[in-house]
Amino acid sequence: MKDKENKRGLSGPAPSERPHPNERRNKEGIRIGLGDPTELPKRITTFSALVKHEPGVLSKVSGLFARRRFNIESLTVGPAGDINNARITIVVDENETGIIQVKKQLAKLFPVLSVKELSNTAIERELCLMKIKEGHEKEDIENMVSKYGLKMIDSSQKIITIEITGDRLEIDMMIEKFDQFEIKEIARTGIAALERGSKRTT
Amino acid sequence: MDKSKDTNQQESSEKNKLKTGSVAVITALEKMGVEVIFGVQGGAIMPVYDALYDSEMKHVTMGHEQGAVHAADAYGIVSGNPGVCIATSGPGATNLITGLADANMDSDPVLALTGQVPTGFVGNDAFQECDTIGVSTPVTKANFFATDASTVGDVVSLAFLLASVGRQGPTLVDLPKDVTGGKTDWKFSIPEIPDHIQIPNRADQKIVESAAMELSNAKRPVILSGGGVIKGNASEELLEFVDLYEIPVVTTMPGIGSFPENHGLSLKTGGMHGTGYANMALTHCDVMLAIGTRFDDRLTGGIDTFAPMAKVIHIDIDPAEISKNIHADYELLGDAATVIKQMNKAMHPNPNSTEWLDKLQEWKAEYSMDYGDIVSDGKPRPQHIIEELCKATPEDTIVTTGVGQHQMWAMLYWTYTKPRTWVSSHGLGTMGYGLPAAIGARFAAREDQKVVCIDGDGSFLMTLQELSVAVREELDITVVVLNNAGIGMVRQWQDAFYSNRRMASEYPWIPDFAEIANAFGAKGFHLERIEDVKKVINAALEYKGPSVIDARIDSSENVFPMVPSGGANGLFALREEHLEEL
Repeated sequence: MKDKENKRGLSGPAPSERPHPNERRNKEGIRIGLGDPTELPKRITTFSALVKHEPGVLSKVSGLFARRRFNIESLTVGPAGDINNARITIVVDENETGIIQVKKQLAKLFPVLSVKELSNTAIERELCLMKIKEGHEKEDIENMVSKYGLKMIDSSQKIITIEITGDRLEIDMMIEKFDQFEIKEIARTGIAALERGSKRTT
Repeated sequence: MDKSKDTNQQESSEKNKLKTGSVAVITALEKMGVEVIFGVQGGAIMPVYDALYDSEMKHVTMGHEQGAVHAADAYGIVSGNPGVCIATSGPGATNLITGLADANMDSDPVLALTGQVPTGFVGNDAFQECDTIGVSTPVTKANFFATDASTVGDVVSLAFLLASVGRQGPTLVDLPKDVTGGKTDWKFSIPEIPDHIQIPNRADQKIVESAAMELSNAKRPVILSGGGVIKGNASEELLEFVDLYEIPVVTTMPGIGSFPENHGLSLKTGGMHGTGYANMALTHCDVMLAIGTRFDDRLTGGIDTFAPMAKVIHIDIDPAEISKNIHADYELLGDAATVIKQMNKAMHPNPNSTEWLDKLQEWKAEYSMDYGDIVSDGKPRPQHIIEELCKATPEDTIVTTGVGQHQMWAMLYWTYTKPRTWVSSHGLGTMGYGLPAAIGARFAAREDQKVVCIDGDGSFLMTLQELSVAVREELDITVVVLNNAGIGMVRQWQDAFYSNRRMASEYPWIPDFAEIANAFGAKGFHLERIEDVKKVINAALEYKGPSVIDARIDSSENVFPMVPSGGANGLFALREEHLEEL
């Protein structure tokens, strides 16, 4: 049976008898030399998208990220001044090919009016609420709050709630600094961002 | 789009002049030039069907919503204008999803209209309720939930427009029953492309010039012609360009028909089951002009070994496809026909590629598609049947297919010379596409144009209820079922990659498709002997109405050449023993 089947097919040289180039491409389809690294480095970047303010728009945007396996670090949505529009701010961690794809794919969604990758001078802010057990370090906590210019917004039932605003790194650092105390809960809003000065965001 | 003027002119007291949202939907379709709608009735869509009662548009009642969307898809491919399908809420809408995903993958223009439960019930898990917008979002170019009788007409005409402009694709409008049943004084106005949507046309002239310079100086140039050449009506521009600069052409599967395969510079189709010489050309070229292709993995094989020496010039109307899978050294965003013309003007000398063209001629002989015997196991071979069918039909015959081995043979052994004559399911690989596609193609084709469906037994069994539609509508189509009593492509893979462990790929019993055809009221034919091939093909083609040939073929027949999934295109197997090497 097998012999009979082997007789069928087409004639011609076997794969090993054919010329075959040594050159190659990396996973992103870019031609690379033999010694070149195959992985492109990733970087964290922020996109701002102006979208139509309509039901389902957030699910369309987040669904795109899920099905294309884009790596989201943060995604926020809120009004953008004009009642018909909303602004979505997305922080992604991707290589250069991925970052370009994020922008192009976002722009293809019908409710997305415009997309821009923000420059590294853009203003980015996030709000973080942190609950800390008061304990006997109450004074230390209060000292740190005033030292770093934070806001203590509540103190009840032996729990102090602190408000921190800043960019992602600043908040990461603050959380680390308060780690010496007993942090009970943290809620972060994710990044809101605008270009600096007269430069338009979208 | 400016309705305020219209409303001012309207006498608000004339209440009897109000129409329903459904009438607005139907009027919008008529005004957009729709002639045929493929659909299935149902509860939530009844108001729209009621309005259709008074329309001149032809409605084709399909056996299943999947049939409706495939028919609309094929109608869109053949006519170039969006095919329209219509279904009710819930299961009607979910049955469309496969076909919408298919259209989305292949950039076929389709408009789907779905019924929906009344707005007040939405979100309450009402009878036949389904989040149609939610489930169709990943598989449509754009979709809209109609909110108001006064705007639903505009939404439908916009969705129709969006399906056909730029990169084509499927759009959907979800129509709650209270919206289609509501009253409005809406009047049709020609939809405009919203400001935030850019439709690229001319490519950046500077990039065109540097790309043309690169191509002019190429030693081993190749053109990869994709579905975008057909969708962009750029075949004539491509032919002119090729004749002038003598660059060989490989097509992608959706690109079949974009360049005549009987032309001396045609290398037919590349990729997993492409011709050996097409894959050799892709592997060894130094400059590739790729037009309207998204570099699907069935074309590229492993990305690392795809055209590894080639500088890539990529023309596409969708910016997201440029440098998505294969990095483009020259990004030409624009309309295929326009950019080919720009390139044509910018080319300097002809590429000096005599050696390369000679090499390709050598490869054409070395990797010939000659399959040898026309009989196997006492039965006519599928390659032979397709060649005979091709010979027996005019050049502009439309071929539709299902998915599997028969599709690959239909691709390899038919000679396509005209755009919009190859109608198949490429990206999604939807078995069962062939028969409903033949029905849709029949409505879009010229009356004297032949429509042939080359199907497999597995694919045919998935949608054969649509034969009832072909009979009812007296459609002249010929279905040739290459019957190997199994899911042949899966069986081939099991033999090649799963140690011959044939699991769920062979049918221990297969119905008599000729008798099934007769029972439906179509004309059935048996084909089992080599001496009957011509006779049966001619009889089926001459029959005025739907005919089905049950062609029994050797079930051990395999498709070659073959590039194993993720493999290097240049290392295609020509026969089974080559697979062991890879």
